[in-house]
Amino acid sequence: MAGLINDFLNWLLSWVGGSVAHESLAGYVLAGLVHVALILVLVATSALIFIWLERKISGRIQDRLGPTRVGGKFGWLQTLADGLKLLTKEDLLPGGADGMLFKIAPYISFCASIGAFIAIPFAGGHYPWIAQHLNVGVFFVLAVLGLEVFGVILAGYASASKWSLFGAMREAAQVVSYEVPLGMCVVVPVLIAGSMDLVVIGDRQAGLFTNWLVFHDPFTFITFWVYFTCATASVNRAPFDLAEAESELVAGFHTEYSGLRWSFFFMAEYGSMFSVSILAAILFLGGWHGPIPITGSLGLTAENGPFLGYLGQLLGLGNVLLKGTIGVCVMIWIRWTLPRLRIDQVMATCLKYCTPIAAVMFLGATYWHYRFPEKVFFGLADAPAAVYDVNEGWAGDEPAAAFDESQLVLNPTTKETL
Amino acid sequence: MDSIYWPSFFFFFFGILACVFAVGVLVSRNIVRMAFYLVLSLAATSGLFFLAGAEFVGAMQLMIYVGGTMVLLVFGVMLTSQERFVDMKTWAGDWVKAFLAGGALLFVLIYAAFSVPAWRGIERAEAEALPVAQTATPLGMGLVGARVDKLDPAVEAPRDGMSGYLLPFEIVSVHLLVVLVGAAYLARAKRKITARIE
Repeated sequence: MAGLINDFLNWLLSWVGGSVAHESLAGYVLAGLVHVALILVLVATSALIFIWLERKISGRIQDRLGPTRVGGKFGWLQTLADGLKLLTKEDLLPGGADGMLFKIAPYISFCASIGAFIAIPFAGGHYPWIAQHLNVGVFFVLAVLGLEVFGVILAGYASASKWSLFGAMREAAQVVSYEVPLGMCVVVPVLIAGSMDLVVIGDRQAGLFTNWLVFHDPFTFITFWVYFTCATASVNRAPFDLAEAESELVAGFHTEYSGLRWSFFFMAEYGSMFSVSILAAILFLGGWHGPIPITGSLGLTAENGPFLGYLGQLLGLGNVLLKGTIGVCVMIWIRWTLPRLRIDQVMATCLKYCTPIAAVMFLGATYWHYRFPEKVFFGLADAPAAVYDVNEGWAGDEPAAAFDESQLVLNPTTKETL
Repeated sequence: MDSIYWPSFFFFFFGILACVFAVGVLVSRNIVRMAFYLVLSLAATSGLFFLAGAEFVGAMQLMIYVGGTMVLLVFGVMLTSQERFVDMKTWAGDWVKAFLAGGALLFVLIYAAFSVPAWRGIERAEAEALPVAQTATPLGMGLVGARVDKLDPAVEAPRDGMSGYLLPFEIVSVHLLVVLVGAAYLARAKRKITARIE
């Protein structure tokens, strides 16, 4: 992308007699800024929409209307009005608080929440839409999402309030526990796709919805639900929101926060809800592939020229965002349906149910994949040839290399082991 | 502006960041701030790994060290901390011991660093001509017991060193498990058994 931007700048400047080299710094800086701006806009806008959705859905579930006045018929500007109100509120610092840590904590949570989006692809294929294509994308996303709790702990400690400290402790215990079954569930799609690259995992599920990994076998089907439960817990959503239990802890770790800093915690929460939902979509629900592959039949692929390829990718982006939004809506639905668990019930759910189930599903999926390596859709359908048509992004990889039996031979000098 | 070699610039940026926060750990007296600086220092180190293109090691650094420090902070420090840990004072004897240990390590590192013959980055053409496959696959295969790097030249009978690192790996894992069980045993809540009055 940087080279493209430099060439474009060179073309622009050639009118006034200047020039920009292909490997110039300007292109890299601009490319980085474009990526950062896109991710920031996505997280901020999605937080606005999700908070409005949360209010509307909770209202309807409780037989209320929710916001109705701001911005016309559906109250769709309500969040913006809330944001303006939060901007004008006083930024309080409790006496006895650790000022530096108190001030920096919301930004740490927010940065971790945004950082996960760096390695999340929004459309795949040979030219994936992704800020930084990492070949260990899944692992990076999980590692960065795990850092969000650090801001919460710092906030809880630095507030010099017992409610905050209790909330932070609960959150830390909960997130650290739930990372175990979450990691185990994520390993299953990685194992079946044979790669930690999110682009490869997504492209592995091209074609009809029968190729989605959630329908790969009975074990992955159950793994998906365990993953979603653990993801809900790890982003600290009800019924697992012990860290901000209003009935016991006032507001938990953000008791002492007000104004913009408080809203940063909420942007972080909605951002990570969105990122775990998108991760679920990519790992299990086909990612940027719709249930019926219409991009191929409409000719919207990169082979038919850049513009049609771009349209196809745009459709893929829509798929990812739609699936992510549906995931967030399910989380909202769960929040306003189930009562909050007690802390011992939260721990029991993790250690006595999720972890053993995830472990058994991992073993089962391993055996199934070993027993029926070329079957999808619960073993009823044959895997499409596109399964092997993946580009891991290595330096020597031919894009769209046809599947070759000889590549299955274990050879240390080539990178392909499949 | 284009004359600056940007990889070096970012190397120094992350390196200086890591060093500054490491010094912050030393001079800070509040244990939570120390842990905070330690996390930042380790995160800057992971930035160095990402810069080197070692994404797996970088993500591992984030997950194990940064996440692990967080757990250490919570369960090791905040739950057990007494007043003397919240505001720590270092005695003169501790300074001397710390300087001896740290200075010895620094000496070894500097000696090793300055005994490298040529300080220059490897050229791309040279790197591509290297015979080693640039993946972690041989290492991973070695861990599970197949030394693919020793397959050349191919022989039928297993040679010395062909068994990989499976046995040491398992021994270390079991050792870690024993340590974990022991730690849980030592840290368990000790209940006083009161005699039941009939």
